[in-house]
Amino acid sequence: MIQTLAFYLFAVLVIASGTFTILARNPVHSVLWLIVAFFNGAGLMVLLGAEFIAMLLVIVYVGAVAVLFLFVVMMLNIDFAELRAGFMKNFPIGIAIALLLLAELVLGIGAYRAGAMVLGTPDGTAAAAADTSNIASIGAVLYSKYLFLFEAAGLVLLVAMIGAIVLTHRERASGPHRGHQDIGKQVRRRPQDATVNARPDVGKGISL
Amino acid sequence: MTDFFQSWGMSYEWAWSVATISGILLIALPLMLAVAMIIYVDRKIWAAMALRKGPNVVGPFGLLQSFADGLKVFLQETIIPSAANKGLFLIAPIVTFTVALLAWAVIPFGPEAVLANINVGLLYVLAISSLGVYGVVVSGWASNSKYPFFSAMRAAAQMISYEVSIGFILICVVLWAGTFNMNGIIEAQRGHGLGIVNGFVFNLLLFPMWVMFLISSLAETARAPFDLTEAESELVAGYQTEYSSMSFALFWLGEYANVLLMCALNAILFFGGWLPPLNVDWLPGYFIPGWIWLFGKIFFFFFIFSWVKATVPRYRYDQLMRLGWKVFLPLSLLFVVLVSGYLMFTRYGA
Repeated sequence: MIQTLAFYLFAVLVIASGTFTILARNPVHSVLWLIVAFFNGAGLMVLLGAEFIAMLLVIVYVGAVAVLFLFVVMMLNIDFAELRAGFMKNFPIGIAIALLLLAELVLGIGAYRAGAMVLGTPDGTAAAAADTSNIASIGAVLYSKYLFLFEAAGLVLLVAMIGAIVLTHRERASGPHRGHQDIGKQVRRRPQDATVNARPDVGKGISL
Repeated sequence: MTDFFQSWGMSYEWAWSVATISGILLIALPLMLAVAMIIYVDRKIWAAMALRKGPNVVGPFGLLQSFADGLKVFLQETIIPSAANKGLFLIAPIVTFTVALLAWAVIPFGPEAVLANINVGLLYVLAISSLGVYGVVVSGWASNSKYPFFSAMRAAAQMISYEVSIGFILICVVLWAGTFNMNGIIEAQRGHGLGIVNGFVFNLLLFPMWVMFLISSLAETARAPFDLTEAESELVAGYQTEYSSMSFALFWLGEYANVLLMCALNAILFFGGWLPPLNVDWLPGYFIPGWIWLFGKIFFFFFIFSWVKATVPRYRYDQLMRLGWKVFLPLSLLFVVLVSGYLMFTRYGA
């Protein structure tokens, strides 16, 4: 009873906030609706008993990815008139993508209804045992059976990271530049290196 | 607690609901009281270190100062700037306050005294504390004003930077404890130092992690010396600039509830939580209830937080980023390798 209620609550909120993500005029509002959608998605995961996935969803998507989205979107100065001017141009492409996704959904649900698919690995051994925790069962599969795929995903992320660094890194002109701080040099500095006690005679100046 | 209500003749569902709700109230209400008192303590410690008296007028020794402040703030008018995004402007402090309370659900106050004894407890705390940044960012944006916006930008970058190294530090602790459950982590610390003292901090590989965790928790809660989000010499009051009355007070309460949470995490992850410091059962302190030990440890860490606030000057923003990305991140990554390597050779057999 309470599970059903919670499921419909989360499901309705996911769909509603997803819809608002698209419909909101203000891009910042869009990102905030997207966060609500992620959060309710995590709620659905908890209902499925996948609490580890739910926590990861919140930590990774809500805690990091969406913050960066928000960060970028807040700083953009988006011209809404210009956005709407491009609407008719992109409309056919959008419709095509939507139809493609719809076809995939229909195919996927059709295949599931046909009942030919067994969830898990082809030999059916990966179904989580009831007494092990989420983390243990995911780890047992991820680091043994799918080790190479896992490492390949890590490599792809590494390449993407290096690419982003190369694209944004700017070589500065050589020599000390403003704002650079050499902490070792600051700590090594002594009063006698930096100051001079001149002791000029009375009535006479000194030349530096 | 469910059994207790069932003994009154309730059905299991009703007893569970009533027990959960009373558990929430039992945590949230004393927490609010603790926040009010800890603000007073903070001001007193701060004043003592500056050779001042601190609050000493309202009530005996000024003990009621926070309540007087609360009443004053409650009676003030809520001013909403005309250019502000009204809905988000009002939601932001509520988000900060709610998120600060949510994480307390998994904090254990004793072997049985925990509201939600879930097996991903530590991940839950990490997930909830990563939400805290939204209150700040949204309030800064919704204020539609220059300084709050700068503050929101700083907060977003700062909290993401330090969450990365906090994540690695937590991985070291979890590897050693072998569980994400908070009570499991505390039990793993029993007799950890030579079988006499309780706490991961007495472990040579985990002690540097604790030092980094303490500093990172200062940065994560935006306390001095990392309070760049509300640096009054640069940003007026940061993201709180446009806020008044209760909406301001919610930020204030949420901030201190977060500080207390970070103190509790320090105590639980590295100092044995509700365990007594010494694992010797004939000592007189051994039978003191766990929650008193936990409160004592939280108070000890809060004293450290105030002490740091009173003595250390504020970091510059580029120094903060340098510390997070160039010092803490490589160091914590190195220690993840060291800890997992050590455990691989000793506990799991190479």
